[in-house]
Amino acid sequence: MRNPLADKVADIPFSGIRKFFDIVSEMPDAISLGVGEPDFDTPWHIRDEGIYSLEKGRTFYTSNAGLKELKMEVANYLKRRQGLEYDYNKEILITVGGSEAIDIGMRVMLNPGEEVLVPQPSYVSYEPCVRLAGGVPVIINLKEENEFRLTAQELLDAITDKTKILVLPFPNNPTGAILEEKDLQEIAKVCVDKDIFVMSDEIYAELTYKEKHISIAQMPGMQERTILINGFSKAYAMTGWRLGYACGPADIIEQMLKVHQYAIMCAPTTSQYAAVEALKNGDEDVREMREAYNQRRRYLVHAFREMGLECFEPFGAFYIFPSIQEFGMSSDEFATRLLMEEKVAVVPGTAFGACGEGFLRISYAYSLENLKVAIGRIRNFIERLRKEKQ
Amino acid sequence: MREQLLRIIEKNSRIDLKELAVILGVEEAAIIEELQKCEQEGVICGYHTMIDWDKVGVEKVSALIEVRVTPQRGQGFDKIAERIYKYPEVNAVYLISGGYDLLVSLEGKTLREVSSFVSDKLSTLETVISTATHFILKKYKDHGTILEKKYEDTREKVTP
Repeated sequence: MRNPLADKVADIPFSGIRKFFDIVSEMPDAISLGVGEPDFDTPWHIRDEGIYSLEKGRTFYTSNAGLKELKMEVANYLKRRQGLEYDYNKEILITVGGSEAIDIGMRVMLNPGEEVLVPQPSYVSYEPCVRLAGGVPVIINLKEENEFRLTAQELLDAITDKTKILVLPFPNNPTGAILEEKDLQEIAKVCVDKDIFVMSDEIYAELTYKEKHISIAQMPGMQERTILINGFSKAYAMTGWRLGYACGPADIIEQMLKVHQYAIMCAPTTSQYAAVEALKNGDEDVREMREAYNQRRRYLVHAFREMGLECFEPFGAFYIFPSIQEFGMSSDEFATRLLMEEKVAVVPGTAFGACGEGFLRISYAYSLENLKVAIGRIRNFIERLRKEKQ
Repeated sequence: MREQLLRIIEKNSRIDLKELAVILGVEEAAIIEELQKCEQEGVICGYHTMIDWDKVGVEKVSALIEVRVTPQRGQGFDKIAERIYKYPEVNAVYLISGGYDLLVSLEGKTLREVSSFVSDKLSTLETVISTATHFILKKYKDHGTILEKKYEDTREKVTP
């Protein structure tokens, strides 16, 4: 039989997270700090709207681009939070999570051989999505000394005459880094100068602990060259509902709608009704969850510094990214031993790009009680390692 | 900081002060000072413990009693409320809008004890017009805490 697989697909490696997932699944008493989703249940009033829509028999497709009411609420939200104006009719597409928006955005914009700049460490799907769309991912290795922000110089250095898109994954998973106004201004200038589009993945926009989140689309000349991606998973604890959206110039959104229509039809109807409620009446829930994350963040940063592990203060998402370079082990080795010896699961930084070597992603989407137990075990582990070294 | 501090200790009054300082990002001394102020100002009225007495095997009967009263000239409902809340078996007294005036939450050892309190003490008060006693059969949620269900983490253990 001949090879049933396409090289383009077969050549893409599985995520580095899988190995840990497999081990942890067999270890019932392991504590995991390896999760990339909120620990909160979706607020009840939002779930209730989903249930109510089912009771009313809202079980059909919605229009391809999504419920009109939801698109209008998304437009309201972006106006309210970011001061951005989008035409709900032509510039907003409701997708199956932010993930779908990333995928179809790449497919719509890339011709074979065109380059996409992907700053790493970052979420695992950008690079594969670029490849599957026929583009060429060009990795920008972010540096700890810059608190894993993207600098204008790093961007300039990576641009070639084939560069078409910059992926801007901030607030960042896995580092927790954010970009502030000054960073964005400088990046925007380069993008406008060099005529580069930006795919801005702002799924963690509501989870920042310093200033309010700012989008690159707010910078002069940028809205017309930015695909803003966001969704309901992180802000409203709605990961399983699979709902996100893309906003951008009408000509790009129109083509994304075409691919979405052929590939997906429409995002889940129940989720869309629930999401309308989330945007209308969910601000207080978001505020409360943000405050809870912030308390855990302070606790973890403090705990890691007390242990003497280097860790820059992350101001976004729900991850911290401490360095384990002092132990002279790879991230993978450290994480494997931590899991085997102390039964704590974390994700090695390398799962998010080669430059994550020497770091761990630690999620604080867990209760403080849970974090305390885990920190106790991590402390035992590193004390043992330090003794071994002596 | 006060609101955040109060929100936390409302759920967990036994939290360690050092930990409070860390998670709120302030000095421990500032926490101690703020707590003292809250106590002095009567913002913090006490530190109680939530106990599910059913699990201890101690028999307890709780009831909610609707009370209709005649308000008294110059004193409104306050005087009668005071006469009621002074009984130690009374847990809570609220002035209520709607079909009746006072809602009294009561705890006793037995059904008989609660009913005799109502018939002997409460209904015989001069200004009480009528009472309606509702015995609590089961508590599902109290003080914002769900009593039966334990939190279970059903997420996949490692995800990107």
